[in-house]
Formats: sequence, C-alpha cells, structure tokens
Amino acid sequence: MAPAGGRPMDVINYILRRVLTSVVLMIIISMVTFGVFFMVPKLAGTNPAELYVGKQATPADVAATARKLGLDQPVTVQYARFVKGLVAGRDFDDGPNKTHCDAPCFGYSFRNDRPVWPLLLDRLPVTISLAIGAAIIWLIGGVLAGVISALRRGGALDRTVMVLALAGVSLPIYFTGLLAQLVFVHTLHWLPGGEYVNFADDPAGWAGKLFLGWVTLALLYAATYARLTRAQMLETVGEDYIRTARAKGLRERTVIAKHVMRSVLTPIVTIFGLDIGSLLGGAILTESVFGLPGIGRLSIDAVNTKDLPVVLGVTLFGALFIVLANFIVDLLYAVIDPRVRLG
Amino acid sequence: MKGAHMSSTNSFTTTDPVPGPRRGPDPTAFLDVRDLRIHFPTDDGLVKAVDGISFTLERGRTLGIVGESGSGKSVTSLGILGLHQREHARVGGEVWLDGEELISASPERVRQLRGQRMAMIFQDPLTAMHPYFTVGAQIVEAYRVHHRVSKAVARKRAVDLLGRVGIPQPAKRVDDYPHQFSGGMRQRAMIAMALVNNPDLLIADEPTTALDVTVQAQILDLIRDLQEEFGSAVLMITHDLGVVAELADDILVMYGGRCVEEGSAQTLFRRPEHPYAWGLLGSMPRVDRENRDRLIPIKGTPPSLINLPSGCAFHPRCPYQGRDGIPCRTEVPSLAQGSDHGVACHIAPAERRRIFAEDIAPAL
Repeated sequence: MAPAGGRPMDVINYILRRVLTSVVLMIIISMVTFGVFFMVPKLAGTNPAELYVGKQATPADVAATARKLGLDQPVTVQYARFVKGLVAGRDFDDGPNKTHCDAPCFGYSFRNDRPVWPLLLDRLPVTISLAIGAAIIWLIGGVLAGVISALRRGGALDRTVMVLALAGVSLPIYFTGLLAQLVFVHTLHWLPGGEYVNFADDPAGWAGKLFLGWVTLALLYAATYARLTRAQMLETVGEDYIRTARAKGLRERTVIAKHVMRSVLTPIVTIFGLDIGSLLGGAILTESVFGLPGIGRLSIDAVNTKDLPVVLGVTLFGALFIVLANFIVDLLYAVIDPRVRLG
Repeated sequence: MKGAHMSSTNSFTTTDPVPGPRRGPDPTAFLDVRDLRIHFPTDDGLVKAVDGISFTLERGRTLGIVGESGSGKSVTSLGILGLHQREHARVGGEVWLDGEELISASPERVRQLRGQRMAMIFQDPLTAMHPYFTVGAQIVEAYRVHHRVSKAVARKRAVDLLGRVGIPQPAKRVDDYPHQFSGGMRQRAMIAMALVNNPDLLIADEPTTALDVTVQAQILDLIRDLQEEFGSAVLMITHDLGVVAELADDILVMYGGRCVEEGSAQTLFRRPEHPYAWGLLGSMPRVDRENRDRLIPIKGTPPSLINLPSGCAFHPRCPYQGRDGIPCRTEVPSLAQGSDHGVACHIAPAERRRIFAEDIAPAL
C-alpha cells in the first residue's frame, strides 16, 4: 500500500529527505557524544591516556602514550580521525605494535585488546534475542489486555487488568527479575540457570535462559501498551466514524476489529518502533539481572572498567538504533496514516 | 381491519409489555413511530432525551424534525436506527418500519435492516468517515454487508453512486481518502454511502450544518433529487428552519424531548400555533422580507432534560404562560389534533390563532 495520494516521486523525495535528516541527526549526535567523551576526563582532571597505561607508569610514559594515541591532539583532529576510522578504518600505534581497526572503526578497546565494532557485533544477537522475544510477548499481551479492558470497561476484568498494569509499570526490573529468578530458577528449578547459549547451538537452552528476561521486560512494557490501547480504544469508540460504521449495519465485531482497531494501532505502531529501537541499544538492567551478555551488559562493564572507547561505541550504537527506529516509524506512519502529508 | 392485522402477522404486539398508547399497526404508514421514549440513566439523574414522540412518514415524503440543540432530534433518529447501546439507554415505545416493529426486534435483525432499508447521513462528514480508509472502500463495505457480491462489483457500484451524487471523475476519486475531499464532496460521498443499498428510509441528521452556505443549497438539491429518483422516505433532522422550508412536506417541532407542534410544512409556516414555533420563526433571518429590522431571539435557554420544567416544558420561556389562568406550570399539555395540525399548548385554539394573526405575523 502506497502512502495516500503520493505519486512515486513524492514518495522517493520523502524517503530521501528522511534519510538525509537521519544522517544529519546521527552526525550531530556523534559530535556531541564525542565532545562529551573528550571533555569529561578534562573536567575530571585526568588524562585519558592514564587509562591506557599501568599504575606504575611515569608521567613520561603517560605523555608518550597520549602522543601515540593522538590524545594530545585538539578535539577537532581527534574527531576527524574518529570519523575517518568509521568510514575507512584506522591504525592504532600503542607502542610495541601497530593495531589495525577495520571500518567501521568505533574505536579500539585496549582493555579487551579488540576493536569496539566486533565487540558490539558479538553482543548484538543476545540483545536482539531479548528485545524481539520480549516485544512479541508485550505486544500481544499488552494490546490484548487493553482491548479486553476497554470492551469490559468498568467491570471486574477491566479493574484487574489496570491494577496489574499499574503494578507492571511500577515494579522495577531488579525486583521482579530477581524474584522471578529466585522462584523459577533457584527454587522450582523449572528453568535452567548458567550461561547464555546461542540459539544455533541449543534452541531450548537459549529460550530457557532468555524466558524470564523476556517476561520481566515484557511485563514492564505490556503495562504501558495495555493502558495506551485501552485509552485509545475508549476514545475511538466515541468517534463519529465508529457510529457511521454501526449505521452501515456492520456486525459489532467488524466494527471493533476493523474500524476501531485500525485507529488504535496507529499510535501503538509508533511507540513500538521507538521502544524496540531503544531496546536494541541494550537493556542494561535486564541483561545485568539475568546475566545475559548483551550490549547493555557490555556498556555497564565498560563503564565499570572506564573503557571509554567501548562506552563511546555503545552510546553511538544505541543512538544509531534510535535514529533508525525513528526513520522507520516515520516511513511506516506515512503508510498507516493516509493523512500524513508527504510534501 | 386493524384487529385482523394485529392478530395475524403482528400478534406479538398484543402481549408486548412496552408501555404506551396502543394502536394497531397502520399498514399504510411506511414508518410509524409511536410514543418513542429514550431515557439515559446518568449519575446526575435520568435524562429524558426523548419522551413520547409519535409520527408517521410515507415513502417519497419528507418529514422535518425541528428543534434547538438538546431537544432530542438526533437521539430520536439514532433510536430509530437502533444505535443506542442497550446498557446506556432505555428505549421504549414502538418503531414500525414497513410493518415490522424494531424496538422489540432482536439487535441482529435491526442490524440487518440498518444500512440496507434505513440509512443515515451525519452532520459532519469529516468526522463521520473513517480517516484511514478510502472513500471507495467505505462505500464498498457498506454495500457488501448487505449484498453478497465481489469487491469488483461493489466497487463499480461505488463509482456509479459517487458519479450520481455529483463527484467529478468518480472512477479516480473512489480511491481518495476522506481528507482529500472538500467538505461538500465529503457530504456527497456520505450520501452516496447512505444510498448505496437503495434504502427506503433516509435519515439526514443536520446534513448541511457543517458546510459552507453555498454548498448547503447544493446538498439539499441533491437530497431532493435523489429522493425523487429513489422514492425514499426522508427524515430531515435540523435546527435550521430554512432547510425544512426547502425540503419538508411535514414538520414536527420538538422541545424538551417532546413534540409541541406538528403539521404540514405549509401550515407550520403560515399558521404556526405554538409559542415556541413562533419564537423559532421570529429568530429566523429572512431575506424575502424588507420590513424586518431585527431578529427576535427566544429568551432563556433550552431546558435541562433531567429536570424538565413542570407542566409545559416551554413555560419558563413563554411570554403567554399563565394568562387567563391556564395551567402552564402544572399540567403537561397534550398534543391536541386540530383540523389541520397538532399543537401541545394550553392556550385555546381560537386565542392562539388570534395572537398569531394580530401580534406575531405582522412582525415576521
């Protein structure tokens, strides 16, 4: 389905403009982020090069390292090198040997002795597994709960769902997550503990390890979706065009399933895109609580070890997903809401 | 004759517990509404939006229901279509459509008739059409609920009807969304959607209120032409006396959920007898009279439907209330049928005609 009234050229123009906006946005984000990571050590009164040398290093060693890594250069030069690394890759000369970092080079983690990009890629499947699994559960569960709640407005079922939803948004993950682990893994032994395994190696083990993470994360989001769906549905049911649908002689279930849901889904698709986008940048709490080696876990470990290139990389990576999600939501929006003007 | 009819096809009406005056079904009337009552229980009290309305309407005729906002006009029309939700509204009385009673009929039966034999045009065509479906898809849907035809056939029908209601290039515009239509075009599309199943009864609820003045006349012309073509009965709900003057054969004036005056359009415009009808005429701008220097508004505001004034609901706003000791405050006037129309007013008929002729008519 093509966006309403859009001639092909309009559609292409619209997409190109959105791509351009996204790229510009990404550049600005990278500048700001890079600036912050340049400024923070300065403000804290530390030399970033100190993080790369041993505890017993002399000031001369620190200065030498800073020179070799280019940390003594102005921020503009450092940023230019960073962008060059993203586009074409770059070399790090850490003294005894030269290390090459392929494009896209998000930086080099000397603590892990690896470029940041493959570190991110290693962790990405875990984060995607967690996000997609949870998203399916919360989307189905949340929307369904909201619909039922709206249809039974004021009834016992409605109140129960809304109380659960309130509990869902209020309870922190480190509470529900730890409680769930205590009950289902350590007490009832229904689910396996231990390390994360890849889907390809052991699908059942993969699902078993992720299951509580999915449910816990889904609970948090499902609550929001249930409330949103309910509110949106109650608002839509009062619209004139729903009365028109009934006046046509449509069956009530057609009125609800087609005419009401069509309007309800529009805002849900929007926030769903944004939620998925931000989750793909890493779910720090969930991954930490359930011991899942995803991007969120990578970022918290990097913060704890002051591994600045990784923190910078994770931040930009997360931002990339959010910008990408925004872009996709914009395109989707033009498809699902014909009133969106492409001009 | 009436008794025979009741004991045969509609024998269930004799045991029907719905309160209200009993008359046998009148086989000649296509639409026969009898003592229709629509009450809404609310936290503040019982809203008696419609409290005993009766009228008949034949195919090919137009009845205008006139009244201020909150007089119960729209509630009446939605009640005929069975669009009030049973958990929110108490609906009593009888609605006979071509010999079939609708208030006691099953919701499923009323649904089958809705859109097919009785269709509705709503006030604001922008909000009354679904923003996410094309105009064509919405007409196609309306047709296919009641006809087992392919989408292609229904689409052809939709294009055909869009052309009939005066949409240029209907084969192209059928795929437009409502927001791509102008207000007048949307109302035309709405009319096409209502007419797609050739309904016998067309209810138009303020069909021109949301439109530009220049477009209003076009839409009224269209409704009149289509009525002649399709032979439908038209129920025109409006607060605009100009609209009923254009279209209606008969007029029913509503106030506070009841009928205060009814009769042929000619009678109502030439010899209105209810003080409220006088007020409506006096507050209507007319370009055909030169000697009118200003409009005379009806003082006061429409009554609360929860606490209707005692007696005649219009009495707090009526300049004639209580004159010569008539019981306006205490007794509800019944709708007394005179020689040519019905009036619910305590003032004696001869006196009403005298007041109109001497005081009201010269100022109009």
